[in-house]
Amino acid sequence: MSYEVNGATIEHDEEGYITTLSDWTKDLADVIAKAEEVDMNSEHWEVVNFLRDYYEEYQIAPAVRVLIKAVKKSMGPEKGNNKYMYELFPYGPAKQACKIAGLPKPTGCV
Amino acid sequence: MADNIKKFLYVNRRAPYGTIYALEALEVVLIGAAFDQDVSLAFFDDGVFQLTKGQNTEEIGVKNFSPTFRALGDYDVTKLYVEQESLDERGLTAADLQEITYEDEDDDWAEKPSLKIVSRAELSDIMADQDVVLSF
Repeated sequence: MSYEVNGATIEHDEEGYITTLSDWTKDLADVIAKAEEVDMNSEHWEVVNFLRDYYEEYQIAPAVRVLIKAVKKSMGPEKGNNKYMYELFPYGPAKQACKIAGLPKPTGCV
Repeated sequence: MADNIKKFLYVNRRAPYGTIYALEALEVVLIGAAFDQDVSLAFFDDGVFQLTKGQNTEEIGVKNFSPTFRALGDYDVTKLYVEQESLDERGLTAADLQEITYEDEDDDWAEKPSLKIVSRAELSDIMADQDVVLSF
């Protein structure tokens, strides 16, 4: 199973998470987002970039409640809430945004 | 709800790399943190090496997961007990450990230390006080 981006083939697991984290590019993110039926705009990118920074710092993809709390702290309560985040990523802000961000499946998502 | 809260202590006694125990323990803690229990961690014997700062795993080809300990506060895991005697026996001091903090929601998000250095006797009391002790 794989994504095709700019002529390259990027492997992913059965749920769509890429298997080699260093394969990620912004173009790949757009391809994954399309497969997820997410139309990426600047608000989506803000969350995806936030997740990549979080992973860079802590080496972990946060669970959804942890993500929302962290977004609230960094971007304010009008973005750090369930409604806003689920509108951006209807199938789960942590799961979908992590997938698009090229990170592993969130740890502690039940 | 309050009646259902149990005290869980995750015991870490092994070095961070060479076996999978340390990483698995941390994953279990992060997953278990979703269940709103009273969670704490204990580090003694070689487990204290898990918390040392400046870890570099490049040459052994495994992931350096030590930064993840600093995310525990986001998961509301804010009590990490480190045994003084284990540090002493290994020539370590508190200054060799990475700084791990959490933000106290009930105190205007003040940043507070999560690491608590305790004596062997104190740790023994802490263990006796738990409902569940999981050893890794």
